[in-house]
Amino acid sequence: MDAQLKKGVLDVCVLAAIKDEDSYGYKIIKDLKPILELSESTLYTILKRLEESRMLVVRSTEFEGRLRKYYHITPTGLQRLEDFKNEWKELMDIYAFIDKEDYH
Amino acid sequence: MTKKGFLSSLRSKLQGLPPSDIDERIGFYCEMIDDRMDEGKSEEEAVAEIGSVDDVVRDIAKDTPLVKLVKEKIKPKRRIRPWEIVLLVLGFPLWFPLLITFFVLVLVFWIVIWVMAIVTYVLEIAFAATSVAGVVAFVAYFLNGQTNYTALGASVMCTGAAILMVFACIGATKGSIALTKNIITGIKMLFIRKEKGDK
Repeated sequence: MDAQLKKGVLDVCVLAAIKDEDSYGYKIIKDLKPILELSESTLYTILKRLEESRMLVVRSTEFEGRLRKYYHITPTGLQRLEDFKNEWKELMDIYAFIDKEDYH
Repeated sequence: MTKKGFLSSLRSKLQGLPPSDIDERIGFYCEMIDDRMDEGKSEEEAVAEIGSVDDVVRDIAKDTPLVKLVKEKIKPKRRIRPWEIVLLVLGFPLWFPLLITFFVLVLVFWIVIWVMAIVTYVLEIAFAATSVAGVVAFVAYFLNGQTNYTALGASVMCTGAAILMVFACIGATKGSIALTKNIITGIKMLFIRKEKGDK
């Protein structure tokens, strides 16, 4: 897959994983496992990028005597998810066009 | 490998990064291992699932901008002693050309790779042009009442070669891009790892 496209899709996947409730690193990886294999390093980069663009906020909470980072989606993040769905529709139109051209 | 061993090895290999970045990364991997162990996995298993330290370092190098690494590298970790400044200045005629040579060598290597890719394109164009020229020559001879099969044969051969060269062009381009990426990662690795405590 095109690197730039993949980057965008991965960002949206992680946002979707924290959309309904706050989540933490390992849970995000497990939740996304059925659809994509995400390495720890990749997830770190994505979370960092999303935090810098204010699509999520991080809070550290005590969990069984240690700190665990929870990621919470912001309104900007929710907006990004909505935008992505619309962009996807446009992309599907383009796909339909390309597909039709192929058989002419 | 134990969690402690993994994290301390990772820390020592990330010395080229800003300290706050290192702490954050270590905290992240520490949490990842802890969460796996809470799930009932053994320490050994949990660490193994993260992957090797070297792979992790390589991934981190890939997505850290080179500028950040260079900045961290030239930032003095402690006060530079006067005699060190004297040595740096006196040694300037020695280390500066060496530094320049290193970068020029990398640059030349990179250019050579791309020149190879360009050569395949030039060959492609040459074959394509010859195949067209062959047909044109054949027609020209034909109009003058002669049949020149050599021109026609050359044209057919060059058409074949041109088609094969397309694959060579694609391969050379992909190869050059991959090598360029590797060179950049390699340079970053030099900055991240070239510190004390590395075996």
